[in-house]
This record gives sequence, C-alpha cells and structure tokens, in this order.
Amino acid sequence: MNRKNYTHPNPNPNYTSNNSMQSLHFIQALARINRAASKPTTPSCRTKQIRHAAYSSMAYTSGSRRKWSRALLIRLRQRQRLRARRLLTVRRRVRIVTPAMSLPEEPARAETLRRLVPGGRSMEYCNLLEEAADYVQCLRTQVQLMQSLVDAFSS
Amino acid sequence: MSSWRSRSRQSNTSRISDEQINDLVSKLQMLLPETRTRNNDRVSSAKVLQETCNYIKNLHREVDDLSERLAELLETTDMSSSQAAIIRSLFM
Repeated sequence: MNRKNYTHPNPNPNYTSNNSMQSLHFIQALARINRAASKPTTPSCRTKQIRHAAYSSMAYTSGSRRKWSRALLIRLRQRQRLRARRLLTVRRRVRIVTPAMSLPEEPARAETLRRLVPGGRSMEYCNLLEEAADYVQCLRTQVQLMQSLVDAFSS
Repeated sequence: MSSWRSRSRQSNTSRISDEQINDLVSKLQMLLPETRTRNNDRVSSAKVLQETCNYIKNLHREVDDLSERLAELLETTDMSSSQAAIIRSLFM
C-alpha cells in the first residue's frame, strides 16, 4: 500500500487533523459493520454496533492522552467481553464502585458531571472541568460527523 | 516537590487557585451553545456545570438517534453512488 503524506488545503479553520482521524476511524468501523452484514442482524443490533463504533472512534482518536478516553476504552472492551460471553443482559449496569473524590466546597452539580464524563468519578475537580471540555468537543465532532453521513446517505 | 509535604497540610483547594478554576469554567462556557452568545461573567459556575450536563446528555441522545438512522440507511442505501458524496462531505 502506497503511503503518502500530503496535506490538502483546509478551507475550514475549525477542521483539525484530529477530526479527520476520527472520521476515518468511524468510517472504517462502519465499513466493517457493513461487510459483516452477510449475517442477518436485527435493526437494534446494528444500532448498537454503530453506537459502539461511534464511541470507539471518539476514544481511539484521543487515545491515551485523555483520562476520559482511557476510561471509555476500558468500558467498551468490558462490555464487548461481557456481551461475547452472553453475560451482558439488557438494562443491567455493572458498576465498579470507587469513592468519588468530591470536596465539600464543590457545587452539587459536579456529581452529575462526574457520572456523565467517562472516568469522572475519580478525577479531581480541576481535571474534571478540563476533561469535560475535551469530551464535549469530541462528542460534538462525532455528532457533526454522523449528521453529515446521514445527510450524504439520504440525498 | 519539596513544598508538597508542607502544602498537603493545608486544605486541598489551596493547591489549585480559584482563578484557575474560573478560567476552566469559562472555557467550558465557551463550548456551550446558548451561553456562548451571551458571554458575560454573570453566569455562575453552577449554571455552567448544569448547562454542561444537559448539553452532554443531549449529545448522547443525538448519538443514539443518529446511530439508529445510520443503521436504517446502511441497510437500504446503494453504496457506489453515495461514496463520492460522502467523501466530499467529510473533508470539506
């Protein structure tokens, strides 16, 4: 395979190389799901596969640089392993309880944020804010990506 | 880190200044869709956290919805004709 390094002109200043990595990961995952379509799958099964691919591509793009992406990768792999062994039934949440590091001076809202950001339970408040910002940006990119795919497919 | 031992006797919050936390909170505020246009200091950090939580929940829901729509579309679409459109839309 011929590997070339080339940069194409970037008219959109908000578009970073991270975004295209994320797009590539996701597209490759979608292609894999599509190829495996020879086995009959229910629509809900496909939805779950695509959802898994979405969060995977988010986590892989940030890789080990971010606490939330590391936590998300661990969580995805756990679910995959449990599902393969048919231990993951619908609606059962396997929670690994770690004591939340919340200081008494923090606003109560931080508790919800800790639950929403992957790996948020064991973060210091300062890190939580930083990780949340990065997580939100990554999520937004993923949503934009999936929206443009839906638009492209339905035209 | 010679000052670590003496600092650890103080409360944990003195290690990270309020100014840093406010800075991070305002960065978070910039990402939110609604408060970005207002952009004033009157928005409290509690409000920013609440808006962030709502925003993240909304984004999670959108990912679920879009996954469902993509699942339907992947079944029915004809790949060869859409390929060029997809690649164009992704990298522009």
